[in-house]
Amino acid sequence: MMVLRESIIMKIHYGTALGALFLTVIHIMMRLTQDFHESLEYENVIANYESVGYAILLGLLLILISVHGFNGLRVILLEMNQGPTYEKLVTIGCLAGMAALIAYGSRTIIMTNMGML
Amino acid sequence: MATIHPKLSDELSQTVVSSTKSVKIKIKRSNPNVNSEQKFDDFVVPIEKWTTVLDVLLDVKSHLDHSVGVRYSCRQASCGSCGMKINGKPGLACFTKISELDSDTVTVEPMDNYPVVRDLAVNMDRMINNHKKVMPYVIREDSEIDAESGIREFLQSPENVEKYIQFSSCIKCGLCNSACPTMAMDKTFVGPQALAQAYRYIADDRDKGKNKRLKVIDESHGIWRCHFAGSCSQVCPKGVDPAMGIQLLRGYLLGIRD
Repeated sequence: MMVLRESIIMKIHYGTALGALFLTVIHIMMRLTQDFHESLEYENVIANYESVGYAILLGLLLILISVHGFNGLRVILLEMNQGPTYEKLVTIGCLAGMAALIAYGSRTIIMTNMGML
Repeated sequence: MATIHPKLSDELSQTVVSSTKSVKIKIKRSNPNVNSEQKFDDFVVPIEKWTTVLDVLLDVKSHLDHSVGVRYSCRQASCGSCGMKINGKPGLACFTKISELDSDTVTVEPMDNYPVVRDLAVNMDRMINNHKKVMPYVIREDSEIDAESGIREFLQSPENVEKYIQFSSCIKCGLCNSACPTMAMDKTFVGPQALAQAYRYIADDRDKGKNKRLKVIDESHGIWRCHFAGSCSQVCPKGVDPAMGIQLLRGYLLGIRD
């Protein structure tokens, strides 16, 4: 298994945090163009997914938050217990969780754009 | 058990007569080599305004209970041997006056995050091993001994000395590691003492071992596990600021320092 140096991982961690913060601000500003209840209406949510730019923003936000969140979880779990087998399991588990969350979130966007929703 | 200081010898009675105050000291006792029992023994000892916690412990050891286990040597905050938890805070027993604790009862316990050898003495292998791991010496290819010109010096500017001089004051007492919350959770964390020493040598412009040291500390239980609680810097008896050293080291690893 390829092992990244911890400083590279932490650069990614800090970078994803900053990126997610930036995209979240844009996302909130976009929501402010409508009333709160309108923003949550089914047609409007689908319309957001169908807008390519906004769908890319949401997809990126999902990736950044998943990478940042699961690396944070890995760090917490590594502190709670130590040992080579445990650490390998934590790393694999967090990578799998990250991939699964990104896949599940992207699936909604993709299905919408394929007219399946 | 509360024991009043006995007046057994002339020397001892002189101490008692000259003192108007006394302090109750609660010493945590344990001997993991024998059993897992832990208890506090109480002793009442006369004090003067200059009496230190170590003085009180040695008084107890000399006159009340010879079996109290305590490690000490220089009695002047230079050797770093008498680190312990004093009223819940890590400190050097020889550098902590009873009068400054502002309490009639003083509780002493072994330092946290170290295995106890007996009573107040702890095993410091973990700190020493981590200290060795960061190569706490100047690394370079050439030597101060030159075959042609004899002995020469590696000169340094006062400005450069300023960059690391405070970190040179470390006496390896281990109080910073004892106060560190990450050390308490992560048994393989390198610790603030070793990280501060890594910075001390990396910041030294005579040293050429920066990359070697950064490689040692840039691992999953290295520098990135520090949460910057800052308790290491709070308890250092020599004014070293390991928390700052750690942040400066991170600068090297993030590429914002050369």
